[in-house]
Amino acid sequence: MADIDIAEEIPLPAQQRPPIVSSGVIGWLRANLFNSVFNTLLTILAVYLLAMTVPPLLRWALIDAVWSAPNGQACRAASGGAGACWAFIGDKMRFIFFGRYPYQEQWRPLASVIIVIGLILASCDRRMWGRRLILLWPAGLVLVAILMWGGIFGLPYVATEFWSGLPLTLILAVIGMAFAFPFAILLALGRRSRLPAVRVVSVAYIELVRGVPLITVLFMASVMLPLFLPAGVTIDKLLRAQTAFILFAAAYLAEVIRGGLQAIPKGQIEAADALGLGYWRRTRLIVMPQALAMVIPPLVNNFIGAFKNTSLVLIIGLFDLLNTANTSLTDANWQGFATEAYVFIAAIYFCFCFFMSRYSQMLERTLNRGRRR
Amino acid sequence: MASETVTITTRSSRPAPWRDPKIRAIVVQVVFVAVLVALFAFLGNNTIVNLRRQNIATGFGFLDREAAFGIGESLIPYSPADTYARAFLVGLVNTLYVSAIGIVLATILGTVMGLARLSSNWLVAKLAQVYVETFRNIPLALQLLFWWALLRGAAPPPREAWQLLPGIFISNRGITFPVPFAEAAYPWMALALVAGLVIAFVVRRWARARQERTGQQFPTGWAGLGLALGLPALVFLASGAPLRLDVPALHGFNFAGGTVVSPEFGALLIGLVVYTGTFIAEIVRAGILAVSWGQSEAAMALGLRSGQRMRLVVLPQALRVIVPPMTSEYLSLTKNSSLAVIIGYPDLVSIANTTMNQTGQAVEGIAMIMAVYLAISLLISLAMNLYNRAVALVER
Repeated sequence: MADIDIAEEIPLPAQQRPPIVSSGVIGWLRANLFNSVFNTLLTILAVYLLAMTVPPLLRWALIDAVWSAPNGQACRAASGGAGACWAFIGDKMRFIFFGRYPYQEQWRPLASVIIVIGLILASCDRRMWGRRLILLWPAGLVLVAILMWGGIFGLPYVATEFWSGLPLTLILAVIGMAFAFPFAILLALGRRSRLPAVRVVSVAYIELVRGVPLITVLFMASVMLPLFLPAGVTIDKLLRAQTAFILFAAAYLAEVIRGGLQAIPKGQIEAADALGLGYWRRTRLIVMPQALAMVIPPLVNNFIGAFKNTSLVLIIGLFDLLNTANTSLTDANWQGFATEAYVFIAAIYFCFCFFMSRYSQMLERTLNRGRRR
Repeated sequence: MASETVTITTRSSRPAPWRDPKIRAIVVQVVFVAVLVALFAFLGNNTIVNLRRQNIATGFGFLDREAAFGIGESLIPYSPADTYARAFLVGLVNTLYVSAIGIVLATILGTVMGLARLSSNWLVAKLAQVYVETFRNIPLALQLLFWWALLRGAAPPPREAWQLLPGIFISNRGITFPVPFAEAAYPWMALALVAGLVIAFVVRRWARARQERTGQQFPTGWAGLGLALGLPALVFLASGAPLRLDVPALHGFNFAGGTVVSPEFGALLIGLVVYTGTFIAEIVRAGILAVSWGQSEAAMALGLRSGQRMRLVVLPQALRVIVPPMTSEYLSLTKNSSLAVIIGYPDLVSIANTTMNQTGQAVEGIAMIMAVYLAISLLISLAMNLYNRAVALVER
């Protein structure tokens, strides 16, 4: 019998590279942009739209833009009216950021902004969560108050009517949320209370505030709050707006917290009862820690909403970031640069909100790791 | 271990009054209500004293007086000689008008963008993501000011108006576009549309019944579409296809003919639609992702085509997730339309603001705005709850 060498009979498959059409750049293009007739049409349409919009935008914002000019007319002459005039932003930057705050003292709002941003960043670090943050926040806010108001340590006193720009926006948002939070916890507990009077009042408050626009609450605070107070008691504009923010944000926060309360299994409450804890100790030690941990991502989203909502104070005449930008447009030397100003502060708002929303998404992923299968 | 004496207290019929939960509950509530009443009495009393001191009238008598201010745009006839009540009505109609159009357009834009984010086309998905991330993270007030500055300030005068499409012009006087002249046939076409819809509904019931009985399918969707569009088209052709467009044309310094949308209304609508559209896109995306992939696989195993799979299996389940958050988006769009006051579109809040400045009667003005918005909120949530009940999961 002759030995049959199988290896000779059946040739080994040739070393083949993967087909060019399913790997590399072309493969990726085929899989992601041209995988069906419909998708090919969509891709062509999208590329057409991009080609129509992106080059003119780039030309306006970068290529034809003017970066320095002494005044509006020179700026417009230099760009030929075709490009953005970022020189306007350069000239108005300090006013947009700090507004009517005395020029010599503007390092104080700058320091306050840095402190608040620092506090927010520190709160994002999960290792900091706990007692340390509870001590850090009041300390930081007291420091901000000293810096902004002054009147001690040789700092000249600056009345709240001069607070403006980015510090005002941040203060409204941060203080608003900080004070709304305890109020919201009480409202959420009230809504789930077994005492009918407490429950009815909580539900009425929450639904009433959530049913009306923030503007009406702001109007109410700015027009009606002075009427509510006894004759002779006055309350400054910033505090009125801040009160409106707290009352408004609390109703929305209360609903978020109620979501967390409802997700607590009944067994937890029964176990607390079995240990002999009363209502307040049960709430403080067993219910709230679990409920709040569950709703941290929606709380961050609420904070983003509150931050964006601060822009409405321009209606009652406070100089927040949006209003300082708006006011900078009225300078006779720089007429007609609204687009530049709005794009600039839109970028600032975007940075804050985008960072926080990314953080909330990240948090949602990490916090849910234990619950996900 | 020391022996412990166990004392068994035989509980008397009732605990001491200050330990009885029932009595405690009553006491707590009485105190709570008393504090609230005292607070309100204090605030109310202050208000009355302050109003009297400042000589401000109270009551809604001002509604019958002459408003004496002009309103830029109104859907109902109005002149400064009309009453404050009429002015409020103008504002209410304007608010409802912009909200209704905004809700429809934002739903369309949001749904398209939500589906686009799920597209297998990488470029389309990324573009949709850029849209959502950008416009969701910029305050609406800023966006409104931006669009307004663009339409009012950056847009050229009518003589050099941008022509978007033939006949559609953007100038600093607003957006001008052609409308057809009213023809005698149009009411009949509307009637034909209604008739077509009714017949389509009847056909659908018949087709359902037949499919239950025999299993035979009937292309209800195409037949319905044909009826709803075909009947008006037939009327249109039968009456000799009367179509004359009122095309805007430059006449002196402004356009004549066509219909014009003011820069204020345009900016408000664009802002509301673009901003709310981002939230709706996220809701739609989350709703569709919430339907597990197994459902789609099961549908494929049953031999359903991709259109049927979406329509019969995925969408009905996704709607259950989508509808409740969508309600709150519609509500917030309606409430956000109050930002019109920033750019001077005469909505309810802006007219109430003018009224309050003229009469000084802030309490009544704010009470009226709040009452109207509460009523709108309740109506929208009622409507959406009814719809939600229709699509909700029927459990045992």
